[in-house]
Amino acid sequence: MEENNKKQDIAWCPGCGNFAILNVMKKVMKEMNLDARNLVFVSGIGQAAKAPQYLEVNYFNGLHGRALPAAAGIKLANPGLTVIVESGDGCTYGEGGNHFIHTIRRDPDITLLVHNNMVYGLTKGQASPTSQKGFKNPIQPEGTSVEPFNPLGVAVALNASFVARAFAGDTEETKDIIKEAVAHKGFSLVDILQPCVTFNKVNTYKWFKENTYYPGDGYDPYDREMAFKRAIETEKLPLGVIYRKRG
Amino acid sequence: MNQNGEVQLKDISILITGQAGQGIQTVETVLSELFLQAGYNVFATKEYMSRVRGGANSTEIRISQKPVRACVDRIDILLALDDVITETIAGRINENTLVIGENIRDLKGMNEKVGFTSMARELGNPVFSNVVATGAALAVLNIGIDLPLKHIEKIFSKKGRDIVEKNLAALKKGYEAGDAIRKRRAFPNFSPQSGRESQFLVNGTQAVGLGAIAGGCNFISAYPMSPSTGVFTFLAERGKKENIIVEQAEDEISAVNMVLGASYAGSRGLVNTSGGGFALMEEGISLAGMTETPVVIHIAQRPGPATGLPTRTEQGDFNLALYSGHGEFPRIIFAPGRIEEAFVLTQRAFDLADKYQVPVFILTDQYFLDSYYNLPRFPEAGEKAKKGYIVKTGRDYKRYLFTENGVSPRGIPGYGDGFVCVDSDEHDENGRITEDMDIRRKMVEKRWKKLALVKEEIISPEFYGDREYRVLLIGWGSTFHIIKEAVNNIGTKGIGVLHFSQLYPLSKDTEAYLGRAEKVISIESNFAGQFADFITAGTGCVINHRINKYTGLPFSVEEMESSLRKEL
Repeated sequence: MEENNKKQDIAWCPGCGNFAILNVMKKVMKEMNLDARNLVFVSGIGQAAKAPQYLEVNYFNGLHGRALPAAAGIKLANPGLTVIVESGDGCTYGEGGNHFIHTIRRDPDITLLVHNNMVYGLTKGQASPTSQKGFKNPIQPEGTSVEPFNPLGVAVALNASFVARAFAGDTEETKDIIKEAVAHKGFSLVDILQPCVTFNKVNTYKWFKENTYYPGDGYDPYDREMAFKRAIETEKLPLGVIYRKRG
Repeated sequence: MNQNGEVQLKDISILITGQAGQGIQTVETVLSELFLQAGYNVFATKEYMSRVRGGANSTEIRISQKPVRACVDRIDILLALDDVITETIAGRINENTLVIGENIRDLKGMNEKVGFTSMARELGNPVFSNVVATGAALAVLNIGIDLPLKHIEKIFSKKGRDIVEKNLAALKKGYEAGDAIRKRRAFPNFSPQSGRESQFLVNGTQAVGLGAIAGGCNFISAYPMSPSTGVFTFLAERGKKENIIVEQAEDEISAVNMVLGASYAGSRGLVNTSGGGFALMEEGISLAGMTETPVVIHIAQRPGPATGLPTRTEQGDFNLALYSGHGEFPRIIFAPGRIEEAFVLTQRAFDLADKYQVPVFILTDQYFLDSYYNLPRFPEAGEKAKKGYIVKTGRDYKRYLFTENGVSPRGIPGYGDGFVCVDSDEHDENGRITEDMDIRRKMVEKRWKKLALVKEEIISPEFYGDREYRVLLIGWGSTFHIIKEAVNNIGTKGIGVLHFSQLYPLSKDTEAYLGRAEKVISIESNFAGQFADFITAGTGCVINHRINKYTGLPFSVEEMESSLRKEL
């Protein structure tokens, strides 16, 4: 892998969870021996969506919320390409919510990595669809009053092909989950929890550490009903491959 | 009328009316095909309500010796499958109109009762009433019964022997009734011409679809919307055979972005929608402009704003196409006037989109898409587009390389040693985000340079009429044949007609044509005269005389004629 990032002026805040994910992604490419020339990253708009800029790969950095349809078009046009979508929670679950639902139904063989920091970073701190109830922000100084969007619950309900959650603070585990997702034939979702060091003072590295867990060896991701139970847990958020379709 | 009771007509206009679901479509297709096989020129168009059952729909078929290719108000034969005749249609009936129906009352035409439904009921099902009506019409027009019998047998053959027999019986019953009418009321028998049967009937929808295939289209993603859906269906039916990937998207936003993704990966993609759907796609068009991703957009116009009249016609979305997408970027807009032109221009759209990496629009409308006439085979058909403009990338490939003419060689991912990076943010030659103001300026100029190349290939407006014109008529798109027939009826002395099939960029010949006229009259199926305003903006020639229609129905030849006579 050629290292051209050094001279690039990376647009992320120091300490941002995006750096961890970027480094994990580089390792994934190396360890999976992915041919960068047959690899296309597709992203929308937001800080996370800039990630492909910092890799030596093909990319299609399109519109806010519209990465998934573009990615489906790319994969349909050339099934020989490995297609990875990388964008944030606002882009994927807010602006692109309808595409999220219908791409799961369409089930193209692409991987969706969502940098989920539960806040809008690039527009400076407003609530995102995954912000927790009560999250105080410039638009809702008293805190949001709506239920957060549950991407895993929606994905399992739609019988998505592969559903996982990772935490950017656990780089080794995250790397393994992404590798499984990329290797999986069919649509795969990896919702990656990550802190926003600038705008989210609630869901910090420490908070994620304390509020997540791995279900352990006994967990059977092929059991859809069990997966749904896990997916809707909010007390502590389960990590790892939550559900995969037998296929 | 002469002493044999025969009306002197140069062509015969037949109107079939009925409710949605009564099978007007079958009558239309069967009659049109049989008229063609019998050696006549055929033109047909339809108007229908936005519903699946009931209401009042109609199809007009004109047959003639010399080609006629526009709709008229005059009705020579009204074939009423249903007794309810709308006010609009009643107003088009004259004392010579032969009205054939079950219980038609109070119309000023010559009424002939034929029990379409009661005859069909005798055969066991009112569903055969449309074939009874077809038989009656064929007999009245003195088309021998052998051809129709064979045709009916063929089209119903898949539905089983019983259905075939009943339809044949229905045809014969109708035919007998029609024979009796013909003895009282004869229509001219234009000398049929041989060779017509080798021609084919093609409508605007099929011409756009065939043009897309001939243009190498191999990807379509769309969301159904009248009146564009026909093109989507046409390509879907041929998807397997022609290697076209067909995907129904969850919404128009998805459709356009999917097409852009496919185009980025090397497909030739078509976006197919109507005004409301296109409004949702505009950001995608802007993305195509910024990323220089080739795309062809077919907008089937219908009256707006908002949902408007979903199944009707209008030329109201020229401005929408012209100004669509935020920011500035070049584009091309075509609006075919002839059906054969829709084929050629759609094919060309794919070539130009690829060549200049710009969005190319095809503007049609409901009237154009649903109208058809007989044509010889398209000369270019069967020959798919030449190899495209895609290059194999080298190691140092730059997607947005600055070049003399602004066109950067277009690579696709997975083909060559380079990386293909495209960005909706302003970008540098490598496709990486930049906020360098100097690069920004150069990139804007690079994108606009391509318009200079596009301008070298503009299709000049088509002129016909008197070269020494005093009055110049300006039309675009679907009004072509209507204006032409109206002007021919009036007589072309002193009148010139300028028809635009490319609306943007505007041909540089426009100004000279307008400058020579004492009076310029624009004709558009919209309220504002959008194209006339655009010509004024581009040439400085003010167009004060305008003929506009915005009821949702197309101009008829008679209406055009009378509007022109007032203006001349």
